[in-house]
Amino acid sequence: MMTLEDIEILLVEDNPTDIELTLRALHKQNFTSKVFVVKDGAEALDFIFATGTFAQRKIENPPKVILLDLKLPKVDGIEVLRRVKADDRTKSTPVVMLTSSQEERDVLETYHLGANSYIVKPLDFTHFVHAVSKLGIYWSSLNKLPY
Amino acid sequence: MTTDPEPVDILLVEDNPNDAELAQRALKKVNLAAHLAVVRDGAEALEYLLSSRPKPKVVFLDLKLPKIDGIEVLRRTRADDRTRSVPVVILTSSQEERDVVECYRLGVNSYVVKPVEFDKFYKAVGDLATYWLVLNKSPL
Repeated sequence: MMTLEDIEILLVEDNPTDIELTLRALHKQNFTSKVFVVKDGAEALDFIFATGTFAQRKIENPPKVILLDLKLPKVDGIEVLRRVKADDRTKSTPVVMLTSSQEERDVLETYHLGANSYIVKPLDFTHFVHAVSKLGIYWSSLNKLPY
Repeated sequence: MTTDPEPVDILLVEDNPNDAELAQRALKKVNLAAHLAVVRDGAEALEYLLSSRPKPKVVFLDLKLPKIDGIEVLRRTRADDRTRSVPVVILTSSQEERDVVECYRLGVNSYVVKPVEFDKFYKAVGDLATYWLVLNKSPL
């Protein structure tokens, strides 16, 4: 059984179809990536900062990557990103924006706030699954973390 | 310094000629070598990035460099508004924890340890270029 301490990928996404496709794409690889899903920005912050419902988590045990949508209920993606990158305890966690927005201002602002990468969700299913699969491999295996 | 006069996709900062050549071949294999600039030390890297040239989509930055080392290049590019959002991927043989920690502290986008074996290095560079040029959306 997966515990909250084994999480490799934190997926912050509110759209149920996108959640399902993303999970399918991530599990498609021939390695197990332990993925945890939160559906709004407030839950994401609780998870990352080990507060609220996630108070039993250890903040010093972050996931290998956070996949972060922009449009989220309660607290939006920009605010989640800002808080993660502003705190010394969490700023080293790679944050990959995974969003349908191609707005230049969203791209610029997220990089300015310290996003590690920005992926525009492909519109068609096959490309979406391919992109997420590549994304998972990159941040779980190729990228080296400081922790 | 070899430069492409058009806007560049990748700025490769690498002093080892064998690694530079292998990287270029790996990029050619995935058809991503067309807009590549290679510089051989940290001073050239900074001169390139802080010039009025269009910024590359990604910088592949070695750490052990002559003149100015990679960490200093990273520090200065992050400190300057003109370059602070340019994606920088460290591509180095160093696995020293203090190097990894410092790079993330300075806001590096990604850190990749060069595989020792020739064929794995070749594949890693191809995968890196594909991720940062095809999959990733650059701020520029």
